[in-house]
Amino acid sequence: MTDARSEILARVREALAGSTVDPVETSAPREVHPVANPELVDLFAERVADYRAVVERCSAEDLEDRIAAALPTGQVIVPPGLSIRIPDAIVDDGTLTAARLDLIAAVVTEARVGIAETGTIVLDHTPDQGRRAISLVPDTHICVVREDQVVADVPDAIALLDPSRPQTWISGPSATSDIELDRVEGVHGPRTLHVLITPPRDVIS
Amino acid sequence: MTGTFVGMPVFPEAAREALADSQLRHNLAHATSTIRAKRAKVVAEVPDWEELRLAGAAVKERALLDLETQLVRLEETLTANGATVHWARDAAEANAIVAGIAKAHAATEVVKVKSMVTQEIGLNEALAEEGIAAWETDLAELIVQLGDDLPSHILVPAIHRNRAEIRDIFRSKMGAAGRPAPDDLTDEPAVLAAAAREHLREKFLRAKVGVSGANFAVAETGTLVVVESEGNGRMCLTLPDVLVSVVGIEKVVARWEDLDPMLRLLPRSSTGERMNPYTSMWSGIAPGDGPQEVHVVLLDNGRTRALADEVGRQALRCIRCSACLNVCPVYERTGGHAYGSVYPGPIGAILNPLLKGVGHDDQIDSLPYASSLCGACFEVCPVRIDIPSVLVDQRAQVVDAHRGGVPKPEAMAMKGAAYVLKRSRRLSALERLTGLGMRFARRFGPTAWTGARDLPDAPGESFRDWWQRTDGGRKDDA
Repeated sequence: MTDARSEILARVREALAGSTVDPVETSAPREVHPVANPELVDLFAERVADYRAVVERCSAEDLEDRIAAALPTGQVIVPPGLSIRIPDAIVDDGTLTAARLDLIAAVVTEARVGIAETGTIVLDHTPDQGRRAISLVPDTHICVVREDQVVADVPDAIALLDPSRPQTWISGPSATSDIELDRVEGVHGPRTLHVLITPPRDVIS
Repeated sequence: MTGTFVGMPVFPEAAREALADSQLRHNLAHATSTIRAKRAKVVAEVPDWEELRLAGAAVKERALLDLETQLVRLEETLTANGATVHWARDAAEANAIVAGIAKAHAATEVVKVKSMVTQEIGLNEALAEEGIAAWETDLAELIVQLGDDLPSHILVPAIHRNRAEIRDIFRSKMGAAGRPAPDDLTDEPAVLAAAAREHLREKFLRAKVGVSGANFAVAETGTLVVVESEGNGRMCLTLPDVLVSVVGIEKVVARWEDLDPMLRLLPRSSTGERMNPYTSMWSGIAPGDGPQEVHVVLLDNGRTRALADEVGRQALRCIRCSACLNVCPVYERTGGHAYGSVYPGPIGAILNPLLKGVGHDDQIDSLPYASSLCGACFEVCPVRIDIPSVLVDQRAQVVDAHRGGVPKPEAMAMKGAAYVLKRSRRLSALERLTGLGMRFARRFGPTAWTGARDLPDAPGESFRDWWQRTDGGRKDDA
């Protein structure tokens, strides 16, 4: 008896005998946008808000105050490499269990990319964003996106991202339309997504 | 309704039963028209949608026509990323692999991300036989599972249920499966969703093993992609120690940048959103983040049979968006259960015969006829699967598979018609008998046809007789 692998590959070979791959490549169309276009940031803010996320734009000086105002009561967790100071926050060292994370009210992270066309925030879970679980279990996610991180559309994001890293693409808070197509925020991810858009990091210093 | 598609009646019978359910028809008409309108609006926002469709079709077609290379490459990259790759020829083999992994960790339960492929192979039932409880965590799948029901739509599997029915299911069934529904449960969707959140959360937090499918598998990078809305997927993919993903071999795309057209096409076609709330991507094991033991089961289960069908193989491009269901006039009236499979609607009508083969099961053989061939499904398909052409080809295959046996009434009628139409004298002789034939048919004809339709009255005189009598209208027509 042959093993499953060889048998499946043999079936594939047999099924495709005589077929050839069309050398003509159709590449996905895309518009080229200038980088750091202020209109893109406007579009990004508008599209994120379309998903019933809270969107605010603020200066670098105001950022910490805005975050403090957005935080619900209860404990806050932050990733180990967050560049923003959050008083009294627990810094994640990777040891907190899921059950322990469930007792935490909010998380503050940064992001890798913002996609204007779709209103999407992409996390690639580097130390300024932390491991996947901390931006998932707490019910409020406050995410800081820098204006220079906003790109036009999906292809621009794909080009920037490193496939070897785990990624979470977030477009609005957790949502379901399973009951009579009525949209409900929930069920499982953070029910509140608060996005703060702020100038590039190098402008801060 | 019992929780299995096995032994479902042929489509016309199942459809007749569904058509008699006016509540179901009302629910479906509302649901499909709502999603149709949402989809049309966001598709219209993309100026180069047609080129995007071409790109999407090309990405999948290239990977399929080069499947051996891509699968071997995927296995290499996954393994290099720390994942363990398994191969499964059929459902039984895949189920045994998943059960084996769960048992190796002494797990008596697993949490599941909504996935078509694990339903296709009957994973939950197979795990139950091994004493392992598989918990569906998507809200709609939870409703279906608790209700001992069957999914009826690819995207919104519980669309045939209304809020009152869902409240009843939660009240009567949640307690036996874990945390019971609260006493003051109303039928408000937000209240029902909150009850599901509480019920499932305790399962997520204690789960040791998660099970998923994948929307895409990138050969070049060993990356798996899952798109979802609720975050239950993120929970299952992130919190357990062990993750097992069952991936049909047709899910492979060659390159990282191939994800671009797919991620632009899928959400707009599926939920009518610019982007779905959550997309998760992982490339094997990420140290210190998420499951530290990752398995991928590459599944055939009829896919190579479909691949060998030169007309039908395009169905393997399907990305399970369900756009074809929402535009199909047949689906809109019969709902998903009539198709007798986890793959309903136009795509199910071609995919089931392709995966299982025709000529040995009347239910499967009935599916290529479950269509008006109006072509709406082809128009909305984001990867340009020409479903009507495949349906027509499959009808021919079904007819061929049944040659030689007792001919069906239609075949007899067609043969008779051919005999009569061959000679004009035969036709004119028969025309004289039309009135008699009609009277006979009205009395003894097939009631399945005449029960809902009136037979017309036979004309007093045949066209030929009239022509002869009046010389084609030149003589008096009194």
